Amino acid sequence: MKYEPPGKPGSPVDVAPRYENFIGGKWEAPTTGQYSPNLCPATAKPICEIPRSGAADIELALDAAHAAKDRWGDASTTERAAVLTKVADAIDAHREELAVAESWENGKPVRETLAADIPLAADHFRYFAAAIRAQESEITEIDKETIAYHFHEPLGVVGQIIPFNFPLLMAAWKLAPALAAGNATVIKPASPTPWSILKLMEVIGDIVPPGVLNVVNGPGAEIGKALATNKRVAKVAFTGETTTGRLIMQYASQNIIPVTLELGGKSPNIFFNDVAAEDDDFLDKAVEGLVLYAFNKGEVCTCPSRALIQEDIYEEFMGRCLERIRAIKQGDPLDTATMIGPQVSRQQVEKIASYVDIGQKEGAELLVGGHRPALDGDFADGFFFEPTVLKGHNKMRVFQEEIFGPVLAVTTFKDEAEALEIANDTLYGLGAGVWSRDTGRTYRMGRAIKAGRVWTNCYHQYPAGAAFGGYKVSGIGRETHKMMLDHYSQTKNLLVSYGAKPLGLF
Amino acid sequence: MPGHVHDDTAGRVTATEAAREAIAALRAAHGGPVMFVQSGGCCDGSDPMCYPDGELALGEADLLLGVVDGCTFHIDADLYAALGRPRLVLDVRPGTPGGFSLAAGDGLHFVSRVDPPGKEPN
Repeated sequence: MKYEPPGKPGSPVDVAPRYENFIGGKWEAPTTGQYSPNLCPATAKPICEIPRSGAADIELALDAAHAAKDRWGDASTTERAAVLTKVADAIDAHREELAVAESWENGKPVRETLAADIPLAADHFRYFAAAIRAQESEITEIDKETIAYHFHEPLGVVGQIIPFNFPLLMAAWKLAPALAAGNATVIKPASPTPWSILKLMEVIGDIVPPGVLNVVNGPGAEIGKALATNKRVAKVAFTGETTTGRLIMQYASQNIIPVTLELGGKSPNIFFNDVAAEDDDFLDKAVEGLVLYAFNKGEVCTCPSRALIQEDIYEEFMGRCLERIRAIKQGDPLDTATMIGPQVSRQQVEKIASYVDIGQKEGAELLVGGHRPALDGDFADGFFFEPTVLKGHNKMRVFQEEIFGPVLAVTTFKDEAEALEIANDTLYGLGAGVWSRDTGRTYRMGRAIKAGRVWTNCYHQYPAGAAFGGYKVSGIGRETHKMMLDHYSQTKNLLVSYGAKPLGLF
Repeated sequence: MPGHVHDDTAGRVTATEAAREAIAALRAAHGGPVMFVQSGGCCDGSDPMCYPDGELALGEADLLLGVVDGCTFHIDADLYAALGRPRLVLDVRPGTPGGFSLAAGDGLHFVSRVDPPGKEPN
């Protein structure tokens, strides 16, 4: 089926001409009085206007957050968990509305937002509602009369900077543990995707106490920096590229606060020859596993953008994969049959096209795609790029730099040792995939690959409860696991003596 | 888009006329030079980030690739090696800057390309 675009009759999504910041539970106009058009990447036409806020708006959001933080931090875990569960229920109840808004603003196909982004966002709130209820503190008996009590306390007010590739799901990843642990937050959405999270605020804004959750939109150079440098922020969480990650660490060092960073990746997806030992469901799953590079049009930090295929099955296996890639349906992101939508912005398409050009100049062979498709009608100006495969070797730039588009760089390997060497020959260490019917081999590879997440005989699954984060320059900290509560908590130790006798030193 | 590429320094970065105009405007607005840092990874990773001069604390591992109209251009040495040590051309394109980068003018952002000098951008 096809959903009507937001704002059109019959669409599940209403669109106001102009949106405001969400501060202290209210919609507040930016102090700058300025707004920017927010484009739909499928049509290159504006959806609505979004605040172009300044540093003063971050201060207002921090005022609201600080006013709310003590009451929220003091609320019982039962109370906080109940709020998170209500948030999850509200997201589920508005699944279609949020899925269509997310799809239209980001360009990702609605089949993905309906099945993954929105249900997973709800699930992360449920997971952290459960995790905070089940969280226990530790008591250490130092000696018979001396006890160390450890309490979890909220950090206070945190700053969270969200990327454009999963605007709602990445917000949920960051919001759920921060709120569960009793913090108030100020969120800065990515500049290309400022709107869907405001639609989320329409859905959950009344459930979360005023000031606990605040959203400010505007340029990163102004409000992102104002948030990350602010003395009133107790921790900054960021997903994005390495240089901004460095800057955030630098600002954090000036304020002596912690950061969690989820940066880039150039994830290897490794296919051993035994995947093709049978023509069965597992082989079919492995073929799909390679084609998952086109998931979310390749705009995923863990995009399996380097396929490493054992050389003796290369022709046969890649032949099946190319057939599957050629069958990818590209077009209207609101058509549930569409498998790949437009890239998020014109500049992303330009960047992707330049990389395909660079790859070919470096001598890579173009196996499929490589161009902007010619689409008709409403989508003629959309930011589409064909699913593309380049064959080459791992020293090529297209194997080393994250393209953030539907571009796969494929190469071959002889044996396990060479597969491992190629897999680890990258600056990044976020994700990896290993495919084999030999579980001894998948285990050895999984342990030896320097990456935070090694999908084994699967890829692109993001369940709450599995820790996600990077090795090497891919970041610091983990998400989507209860250990995230520690990233959003202080440890308070009460060291208590129950004895009556003095030490006897003075 | 502007075409002429100027060999501005003995370094490995050159700039188009549009980039030089944007730099001149930023210098005027900030009362001094800006700095560029080639980023890597994730959403906006291929873009050069533009900051007020001195904003990013540089480390031993940061290379100075060149100087464009008094503004330094840096890259992490490992990243530069991974990219094959290309010569870069600083240019300006429509779009929003990534991260905390300054814009190259209203609705414009800086990009770096590896095109050989003299080639007209598409």
